[in-house]
Amino acid sequence: MFQSRIHGRGGQGVVTGAEMLSVAGFMEGRHAQAFPSFGSERTGAPVVAFCRIDDKEIRLREPIQDPDCVILQDPTLLRLSDVTSGLRPDGYLIVNTTKTFDDLHLRALVDKLPPGHAVIVPATELALKHVRRAAPNAALLGAFAALTGLVHFDSVLRAIHQAFPGKVGDANGAAAREAYDLVRTQENASHERAALA
Amino acid sequence: MLKQIEGSHAMAEAIALCRPEVICAYPITPQTHIVEGVGELVKSGALQNCEFINVESEFAALSVAIGASAAGARVYTATASQGLLFMAEAVYNAAGLGLPIVMTLGNRAIGAPINIWNDHSDAMSMRDAGWIQLFAENNQEAVDLHIIAFRLAEELSMPAMVCVDGFILTHAFERVDIPDQAQVDSFLPPYDPVQVLDPENPASIGAMVGPEAFTEVRFLAHYKQRQALRLIPEFCEDFAKTFGRAAGGLLRPYRTDDAETIVVAMGSVVGTIKDVIDEMRDAGEKIGAVALVSYRPFPVEALRDILKHAKHVVVVEKCISVGVGGPLADNTDGALRNLRDRPKLHSAIAGLGGRPITRESLKKLFHDAVHAPWIGPFFLDLNERVVGREIHRGRKVRRAGSTAENILKQLALASHLPPG
Repeated sequence: MFQSRIHGRGGQGVVTGAEMLSVAGFMEGRHAQAFPSFGSERTGAPVVAFCRIDDKEIRLREPIQDPDCVILQDPTLLRLSDVTSGLRPDGYLIVNTTKTFDDLHLRALVDKLPPGHAVIVPATELALKHVRRAAPNAALLGAFAALTGLVHFDSVLRAIHQAFPGKVGDANGAAAREAYDLVRTQENASHERAALA
Repeated sequence: MLKQIEGSHAMAEAIALCRPEVICAYPITPQTHIVEGVGELVKSGALQNCEFINVESEFAALSVAIGASAAGARVYTATASQGLLFMAEAVYNAAGLGLPIVMTLGNRAIGAPINIWNDHSDAMSMRDAGWIQLFAENNQEAVDLHIIAFRLAEELSMPAMVCVDGFILTHAFERVDIPDQAQVDSFLPPYDPVQVLDPENPASIGAMVGPEAFTEVRFLAHYKQRQALRLIPEFCEDFAKTFGRAAGGLLRPYRTDDAETIVVAMGSVVGTIKDVIDEMRDAGEKIGAVALVSYRPFPVEALRDILKHAKHVVVVEKCISVGVGGPLADNTDGALRNLRDRPKLHSAIAGLGGRPITRESLKKLFHDAVHAPWIGPFFLDLNERVVGREIHRGRKVRRAGSTAENILKQLALASHLPPG
């Protein structure tokens, strides 16, 4: 079972992001379960959503405490709560930011993960460019597909189009593709560095 | 057709397939996306021959349902939490009048203090009202139970409540097989009412009944509901034949064959419990579980047959009947009452007001039931420190203030202090 936890704020499409990820898993014939952390829904309030993907029926209903992947949609949450809590030692981290891991004081954590398991993605900028709305969820799912390889990018794209038919889906798909390519390029570069070292 | 879909929307689709003719609902929270979903299906024309009535309160929602049902329509409504309390008088009336209304309850806690999260307090508050109460373990079962509920309710002329864990199921996206119309039509015949209010043949129902007949009326209500103990397994077998998958039943045992410890629970927590049981079985422990689907009627004999060979029974439930303990534990105890060598019963209250029920806590609970048993109801993951302080405060100070606010203050203070 692969467990992902998405942290963000109300209005950033955190819950929809987890739902789209579960749809992508479902499209590949797998079992998937997405659910939000339940609370009063307000714009700007911290929101957590969860997604489990497995090859067999998922019966577990507890919130995800030991995620295989943390997607951080809003790095200002780092000051409020321990968003990477329980992240597995071989896990993945995706942060939406234009800053660096050092700027965010995440270097120590990132260095503990296997090389190439943590990426930064300017997902809000990509969303503003393509969707004209600061909803970084689709772009981050593109990054997720590139980083983890758990779901194919095509499935992510189809899930995005299912959630947002028409032009909005096209725009979100374009943001996801750019994020996917960006992460693939970063990953290739890091593999080359690892090969040289 | 397999879909990755939100529980509420899956249920809305299933309810539409049951061809309800009147749906009435109060759309303000506490409510789920279910009535929103069926509302859309009526508006789009996907659900034909159905009137969606937007009422002004939950009391009106069920009152309109009663009127429509008495006039011979297949009726559906949904509510949760405080909404159910507001319609309480009508809940009893629907049962007393023998009207086969189907209602979804998106289980949530009841205030005060205000709490919008999941537990079973709402369902338990109406457990004696005379409705059939069925609990869903996952969203597939939530879908299937609605279809079964309509058939059952109409066969017995008795209302049925499908209890679905609020948020945990209603807001979860998961894989659900949505049946097609032909399947549902072949399983659920058109509604043939037992009694109809008809202006051509004027009659009244719900008249005054004095001491000379009230006991008999109540006896027959009890008798009638006990008929469901026979009909539920029968309909569920028929359901499996029509739809190609098992659903519902009175209860479902899980790895109980040689189990010395058996856990009894209802609703979505059963999924987590099954995972814990697999883990403990792998470690060599003889443990199993029973998922209770039908809470009303309570399957006394069926439950007793499964539990009678166990040494320990652990009841995990999301409700506290203040002043006595867990209602499900009480009913389970009742089922074991006259056994010669009865298993020890351990009652646990868990998941109140949305507190997550984790594998870790359950594992410890099942272990402790055998090795370090407790007396009375045990509150899983209770913050004893906070409780202790509050009890102490209340003893020292007369005007100790509101418990809820005091505890929040304590927690806020603790979060700013270094741990320890």
